[in-house]
Amino acid sequence: MMSDLTKLTIAQARDKLAAGDCTSVQLTQAFLDAMEAGRGLNAYITETPEIALQRAKDSDDRRANGECLGPMDGIPIGVKDLFCTEDVLTTAASHILDGFVPAYESTVSANLKNAGAVMLGKTNLDEFAMGSANITSYYGEVKNPWKAADGKDLVPGGSSGGSAAAVAGRMAMAATGTDTGGSIRQPASFCGITGMKPTYGRCSRWGTIAFASSLDQAGPMTQTVRDAAIMLGAMAGHDAKDSTSAPIDVPDFEAALTGDIKGLKIGIPKEYKMDGMDPAIQALWDQGIEWLKAAGAEIKDISLPHTKYALAAYYIVAPAEASANLARYDGVRYGLRVPGDSLDDMYQNTRGEGFGEEVQRRILIGAYVLSSGYYDAYYIKAQKVRTLIADDFKKAYEDVDVILTPTAPSAAFALGEKQEDPVAMYLNDVFTVPASLAGLPGISVPAGLSADGLPLGLQILGRAFDEETVLKVADVLESSAGFTLHAGVGA
Amino acid sequence: MSYLIKGETCDWEVVIGLEVHCQVISKAKLFSGASTKFGGAPNTHVSVVDAAMPGMLPVINEECVRQAIKTGLGLKAKINTTSVFARKNYFYADLPQGYQISQADKPIVGAGTLTLDMPDGTSRDVGIERLHLEQDAGKSMHDQDPKRSFIDLNRTGVALMEVVSDPDMRSPEEAGAFVRKMRSIVRYLGTCDGNMDQGSMRADVNVSVRPAGSDELRTRAETKNVNSVRFIQQVIEFEAMRQVAIYDDGGEVVQETRLFDSQKVETRSMRSKENAHDYRYFPDPDLLPLVFSDEFVAEIKASLPELPDERKARYVGEFGLSPYDAGVLVAEKDTATYFEAVAEGRDQKMAANWVINNLFGVLSERGISITESPVSADHLGELLDLIADDTISTKIAKDVFEAMLETGDAPGKIVEDKGLKQITDSGAIEAAVDAAIAAGGPQVEQYKGGNDKILGWFVGQVMKATQGKANPGQVNKLLKDKLDG
Repeated sequence: MMSDLTKLTIAQARDKLAAGDCTSVQLTQAFLDAMEAGRGLNAYITETPEIALQRAKDSDDRRANGECLGPMDGIPIGVKDLFCTEDVLTTAASHILDGFVPAYESTVSANLKNAGAVMLGKTNLDEFAMGSANITSYYGEVKNPWKAADGKDLVPGGSSGGSAAAVAGRMAMAATGTDTGGSIRQPASFCGITGMKPTYGRCSRWGTIAFASSLDQAGPMTQTVRDAAIMLGAMAGHDAKDSTSAPIDVPDFEAALTGDIKGLKIGIPKEYKMDGMDPAIQALWDQGIEWLKAAGAEIKDISLPHTKYALAAYYIVAPAEASANLARYDGVRYGLRVPGDSLDDMYQNTRGEGFGEEVQRRILIGAYVLSSGYYDAYYIKAQKVRTLIADDFKKAYEDVDVILTPTAPSAAFALGEKQEDPVAMYLNDVFTVPASLAGLPGISVPAGLSADGLPLGLQILGRAFDEETVLKVADVLESSAGFTLHAGVGA
Repeated sequence: MSYLIKGETCDWEVVIGLEVHCQVISKAKLFSGASTKFGGAPNTHVSVVDAAMPGMLPVINEECVRQAIKTGLGLKAKINTTSVFARKNYFYADLPQGYQISQADKPIVGAGTLTLDMPDGTSRDVGIERLHLEQDAGKSMHDQDPKRSFIDLNRTGVALMEVVSDPDMRSPEEAGAFVRKMRSIVRYLGTCDGNMDQGSMRADVNVSVRPAGSDELRTRAETKNVNSVRFIQQVIEFEAMRQVAIYDDGGEVVQETRLFDSQKVETRSMRSKENAHDYRYFPDPDLLPLVFSDEFVAEIKASLPELPDERKARYVGEFGLSPYDAGVLVAEKDTATYFEAVAEGRDQKMAANWVINNLFGVLSERGISITESPVSADHLGELLDLIADDTISTKIAKDVFEAMLETGDAPGKIVEDKGLKQITDSGAIEAAVDAAIAAGGPQVEQYKGGNDKILGWFVGQVMKATQGKANPGQVNKLLKDKLDG
């Protein structure tokens, strides 16, 4: 009974709760048990069982009084430990935030809380969301619930690796993620779940620990596209506390899932066909095209000519912003302080010990590309590339409604692989980064398996603030693929 | 007039540019809702945004934008309807974000002009390069503990306007006039309180020297955070001498940042160009470009008060005041307000004379401002009325004024109580005149002998006899009539 509860989707749980077939406390307890059993995956940094059970009980009480707050009421979720949570340790998976307990709740987690969602705990991530394998966390690497054919442990992808592993491992019905260059979509693909990065500005960034402010965007990580639509509806909305938050109403995303994509135009960008791409991924992409065609969509070849510069531009813009965003972790007001003989010594000791290697690397890259004499050659040029990439998409969307691509260039790889070569690691983001730079919505839907039986995702990209069309197409893709998570990660 | 330093080989001219930081008058900070009140207990006016807690974001305070536009208009400057906030990156304990949000290549206000009013009554225009908005830093206190420094974040994030002048000034006096005029304008506008002693206005002073008559711009040294007009002038004097001495010795002035030691009255090197910060400016991705409409600017422009330059022109043109007197009266908004209350419906020149020649002396003697004046504008006006309608003479009026200073009483009451009302009864005056002529035998002879000046002696006698209350015009006329007749 309990393990069955952890298999429910949000939509199913909503119906069961409404019908009185189960309670939120039962659901929550089932997930708390699963979390305990699954601690070996290291998906959570902090478990919050007392908070969870209290909120579950509150939800059940509301429902008993006929005051249900909506489809998320009573749904147990994981919260990426990049979202500040009031009175709950918030780490960004970094040593430098040791003991940091915020006095405030991020807008996204507050929106979910106000919608009745039950927080199970804070999920693991790459330190400050910098990574594509969830191996840079100060709190240890996260393991993918899927295993390699030879039994080896796999990475869950990153940076929202803990959230992806928690959802795939049925230790949360859904989880929040953040996506800067692919940090929702790539781990979703690696773990066989759905992950959506909405349009930049759709979800407030207030209270979410910043990595790269012009790119960071929160989104849902769920088992299904329908769940993503439901959860995004609860997360999104204009927030006057975030100047970059869009003053746009939140539509009923679930209502967009009509299953009817007849006549929609799907773009296939030729620049995403990379030399040496895993044949299984190419085959899956082709299969995706066939599925959508069969559903009545029109397939169009398109060109996004500046795609090849996206990764390079991203790895200038994101570190540049990060180098300033992370300057506040100086040991003066909160978190770790390692004393020194002078203020500068204290800074050096604190930041030297407090930040991991990858974070330090990006801060250095960022400071370098912004420094006098290099600013024009790197930062300004990268911004120009960014504009060109956005223009590519704008032009493409004159002819097509959405774009279909693979999510990642490979399936999940083994822990320990690619670790010595940061550039090889950065290549994980090659398909996700362009839409991030353009601020556009994208979703990864699990669509098939690699030769080794590991999940692979397909990505749907859409127009700015047109998450509805993206979700509608993703829903059709999901139905066609018939992917089942539970086949991979045990019954 | 020109300020030249005598060097060994030539005379040197000093070239001065100022960067004046003005704390914006607003209830809340530039990017947070925390109070801007001065003087709170340490760290009591701090929001989670000011303290740069993780995940916190800045949101622009529209009131600060209005204030900057207002100030820009007061400087007759170009208002940029699109401007960009940038991060200026450096580490310091009282800078919680690790960067200051400022404006770099796209400031809210562009080129403008500020007119200097020099002590000799002449004016001179100084170019304004730009005005931009930025956050103030907190305060480090190094004297609270032998080993540690304490940080007060109350000031962190308060809005500053940085006004950058062109290098158009050539003497300490001009620099002083610039700062005073700047202060006058922001006080008229209500955009900054201009209180240099509280640090709400302070200047970075850029100084270089060049051979007199040359138009080159030599390497400058920047002295940071100078917080009084006198100190600014001392910095310029010291720097000019120091730099001329370096050139005289065949050396080169190095570009550097210097600090002013007001005790020793000298500047000292803080950091050289090699050690200069690389601030790594880049557009703040947390903030969209600041965009407003021309209508927004027009609306603010329509609400501008009369500014010192226009007011001065009015005093000269309409009231017939000298440019110097007009300049003195408009320099402080409160003074001008006081003056206008006194002058309203009265002889403006007379009002100006009384304010400048009588009241100012008392104020400066007592070290108080015009808002603390012991004589209200209403009372001073009443005094002028008493003179105008011949109730008292100008001479008696000075005594009444003294009494007003002492008691704070209305002049009419003082005149009444002390019986100072002017004697205009010709019978009483004639009696006193006759008595004076009778008593002054030798003086009558002198007058008849052609010494007109001796008339004053008779006037004095009459005044003495009437306790100064006789109408001087009548006394003069009667005396002349009788002596000549």
